[in-house]
Amino acid sequence: MNNMEASKFEKLRFVGSRPIRHDGLEKVTGQARYGADISFPQMLYGKILRSPYAHARIKSIDFSRALALEGVQAVVTSSDFPKPWLTDETGIDSKLINIKFSSNNVLAGEKVLYKGHAVAGVAASNAYIAEKALDLIDVSYEILPPILDVMQAIKVNAGIIHEGMFPYPESGLIASEFNSSLISNSTLDMSNHHQGDDSKYSNIAGYYIQEIGDIDKGFMDADVVVEREYNTGSVHQGYIEPHSATAIWNRDGKVTIWCSSQGHFGMRDQTAEVVGIPASDIKVIPMEIGGGFGGKTTVYLEPVVAMLSKKTGRPVKITMTRQEVFEGTGPTLGSYMKVKIGATKDGMITAAQALLAYEAGAFPGSPVNMGAQCIFAPYDIPNGKVEGFDILVNKPKVAAYRAPGAPAAAFAGETVIDELSCKLNIDPLLFRLKNSAKEGTRRISGPVFPRIGFLETVEASRIHPHYLSDFGGPNRGRGVAAGFWFNGSGPSSVIVNANADGTVSLIEGSPDIGGTRVAVAMHVAEVLGIPIADVHPSIGDTDSIGFTSMTGGSSVAFKTGWAAYQAAQDLKAQMIERASDIWDVEAGEVNLKDGKFNHSTNQDLQMDFKELAGMLNATGGPIVGRAAINPGGAGAAISVHIVDVEVDPETGKLTILRYTVVQDVGKAIHPDYVEGQMQGGAVQGIGWALNEEYIFDKEGVIKNPTFLDYRMPTSLDLPMIDTHIVEVNNPGHPYGVRGVGEVPIVPPMAAIANAINSAVGIRMNTLPMSPPVLLEALWANNGAGKVYGD
Amino acid sequence: MDHIGGAALRNFKYFSPTTLGEAIRLMADQGISTKILAGGTDILVQLRSDRFQVDRLIDVKNIPEMNELSYSTTDGLLLGAAVPCYKIYEHNDVREMYSGVVDAAFIIGGIQIQGRATIGGNLCNASPSADAIPSLVVLSAICLIEGPNGRRELAVEEFCTGPGKNALAPGEILVALRFPPTVASSGAHYLRFIPRNEMDIAVAGVGAWVSLDEKTHRVKQARIALSAVGPTPIFAKEASEILSGLDPNEESFELAAQAAQKAASPIDDMRGTVRQRVHLVGVLTKRALRKAVNRAKES
Repeated sequence: MNNMEASKFEKLRFVGSRPIRHDGLEKVTGQARYGADISFPQMLYGKILRSPYAHARIKSIDFSRALALEGVQAVVTSSDFPKPWLTDETGIDSKLINIKFSSNNVLAGEKVLYKGHAVAGVAASNAYIAEKALDLIDVSYEILPPILDVMQAIKVNAGIIHEGMFPYPESGLIASEFNSSLISNSTLDMSNHHQGDDSKYSNIAGYYIQEIGDIDKGFMDADVVVEREYNTGSVHQGYIEPHSATAIWNRDGKVTIWCSSQGHFGMRDQTAEVVGIPASDIKVIPMEIGGGFGGKTTVYLEPVVAMLSKKTGRPVKITMTRQEVFEGTGPTLGSYMKVKIGATKDGMITAAQALLAYEAGAFPGSPVNMGAQCIFAPYDIPNGKVEGFDILVNKPKVAAYRAPGAPAAAFAGETVIDELSCKLNIDPLLFRLKNSAKEGTRRISGPVFPRIGFLETVEASRIHPHYLSDFGGPNRGRGVAAGFWFNGSGPSSVIVNANADGTVSLIEGSPDIGGTRVAVAMHVAEVLGIPIADVHPSIGDTDSIGFTSMTGGSSVAFKTGWAAYQAAQDLKAQMIERASDIWDVEAGEVNLKDGKFNHSTNQDLQMDFKELAGMLNATGGPIVGRAAINPGGAGAAISVHIVDVEVDPETGKLTILRYTVVQDVGKAIHPDYVEGQMQGGAVQGIGWALNEEYIFDKEGVIKNPTFLDYRMPTSLDLPMIDTHIVEVNNPGHPYGVRGVGEVPIVPPMAAIANAINSAVGIRMNTLPMSPPVLLEALWANNGAGKVYGD
Repeated sequence: MDHIGGAALRNFKYFSPTTLGEAIRLMADQGISTKILAGGTDILVQLRSDRFQVDRLIDVKNIPEMNELSYSTTDGLLLGAAVPCYKIYEHNDVREMYSGVVDAAFIIGGIQIQGRATIGGNLCNASPSADAIPSLVVLSAICLIEGPNGRRELAVEEFCTGPGKNALAPGEILVALRFPPTVASSGAHYLRFIPRNEMDIAVAGVGAWVSLDEKTHRVKQARIALSAVGPTPIFAKEASEILSGLDPNEESFELAAQAAQKAASPIDDMRGTVRQRVHLVGVLTKRALRKAVNRAKES
């Protein structure tokens, strides 16, 4: 560990240790119950009918033949769901438009908008019958031309995905911005966009701009300017557990749903919105989750099983196949990007500009605003301009994926930074150090940084044994890249109960994805001075714990850790009060230290935690500590990655030889899980860089909806990912925590692209950089790989 | 029936005969769609993905002739069609003398798959990208086939007739593969190109076998076979013959590589392009020959 400043947390007893996680045993023995592990007597099995087309109008749906099949109990389509956005026969209430989008993503409305878009749900007495029933649903489609990428979406007469929804006046302004924002020679041309039949509407669903300083002057002050274009494809989060949901709609109108998600309160609220009942009528019981990475934050199956249960009066369960996960749930965005950065001869950035056009998928809402805020965040940019476009295409609606929006942007931004530092002959880490954002730096997006650890992280990288080692050899190279992520917070509730045997049960509302049960419990153990194993964490359902926002935004160790800290403080204060009652002394005279209550002057008055806990019921009743908070001050995270690669110049195949993640984590509560996040993020980034991609045919059909041909890296494709924890404590958290989960997926693609350039002298500007792509680039570069340094 | 998230596996009848005769009788019943189950690593996936359905699966893992794995200097190697991959690479004689088969057995699926998957099944599945078939071709393996009309033998290179199609007549079973005894100063190697390091389907694969003249060290005979670059695995006859009498060096390997590229007739698909595949056939042919020659020199 590398403490750059004296930590005020050196005396911590439990924080920073590596205990066994509470949920470990039941997970490794297979006892833990995930989404699909729930079953009820009389339960029906559901299946979803999905669109074979990427873009088509639904003319009619006739499911009478399906209903006639023996064993089929119910069929639902979008016509079974309320449509609160309809104001009259034709009008749409724009304030409720997001409900329409959610509802129509769950089951298609007037049109199907991507291959695999859900059209109808069937419930039957078993899965075979349900599957057979799908073949008996007759849907009449009017097939429309699919719009499959950003460039096509903005073309004249490309077709409009949401007719009547993104009207000309606003998008007209957007379109002119789109044109003027082109830096030079762009292939994007919007000038004729509004001619033709679709002239009233656009596929551009959103536009964001941020500026600082004087961009033109900034580029004039530059000695060297690098400008590049980029394209990246859709990738999936690739969680191992497919979506599964089970619901019971009771006759009294109360609904219970079992599912695995990143936030059961969010599932409850979204389901309530789509099925049109109060959220308080729905209870969501969280199951263990087999990965989410952002992709389990939206409802897909929950409203459908709820409605099927309402129709049948029986429990209904639907579990997706892997193909359905690939085709019907959120991947992350594909993009077109353009980045231009200028610097002086001595390596100071004078201006930085970026245009990010992100695919939203079939409904608005790509994380382009987040990408726009992250792209230059690690640097002190005097003159900057970043624009983002949210563009509709006929692909699944994008969902969050680990640092949503930032990785693609960093691929573009960090490769331009690398090229600049090469051109200026300055070590790429030194270049970053010279331009590093620090406390007080104003970001292009406006806010001023509080204490962040970019300087310390780059310094730690520069002296890391990996960076100091020799990587030489033909076709070998080294790349570095930095990444930034805001980190999030949100409402969080925690209850701690003192049990009579001296243990404490902890109830939280954050589903545990990355080992947060133990990390949260460690906050309680630290405050109370009792062993971590004596704190028993569990995740409460939506009726058993106060509102807690989702497990996302790298927020749980921060917000729920803090809530647990505060709940433990509440418990501690009440127990001190009780001890003072028993001893008949002033509460202010009683302390709790290392799990023992004692009196400040009378040494005869001592009681350990367990002893007092055993007396609670008889001395005034049980004690419950609680906290319900929404803390600010989630400190931003910075990560620097170093990678050595070797390119096979005959095949275009790349081998990762060595990989190191250096990251400011604020304070590692449980270093094992912090390192696990750093490694996991890097590995997902490596997959994104090298082989992961959706392969669409020209009709918009995904050709590789399996883990055989959607190629995530296996353990044999990776070296051990080395980690180096930097701890620049976050002043905004009791123990200095910064979120750690997301930022490690930000740098890998750029780091690998920079390493490829170092190895074979080629600047890659598309993702993935798979063997056939790299081979073509090698051929375009006259074949044989060149030795580094040539 | 238990619910599964994946597509439902439909009902079929399962048989596990202990004699070849019984298996052939079960195969021969008219009007019943029947398939053989050896390792099951292809057929169960195919059934689950609804590529086809069967009335009957005949598990051949309890038939003695199909589980034989034996070597003799006079008869060569007999490899039962139901012998799983791991038994092949754990067999000392096979490891020493038929390294080309071991190369293939070692890269089919992952280690768990290799505990079940069979070379015979890989051949009968007749995938154009099958990893085992080029090695079987270059090692001149013979298919031993038995059916309602008796026994017959067929050279491996004639066994595959199209993607997923083989030369077995209705009711016939591939019982075993027979390899001729190895000759002195010979060696083989199979390798493929995949984007990852395991768990992938070959973008292109090449198997090579060479025997060297013990005095001149020139190539006496060579055999080269290709996978994933045509509707069936391909025996590259011209590329094989071109090497006869030549010194085994980069120059002659280049000649063979060019001839192998001519024999390839790949398609563009999501796993590779024509350009990439033809290029890879050249690269892999040279790599396979280098290693096969090294093995021949060491043998």
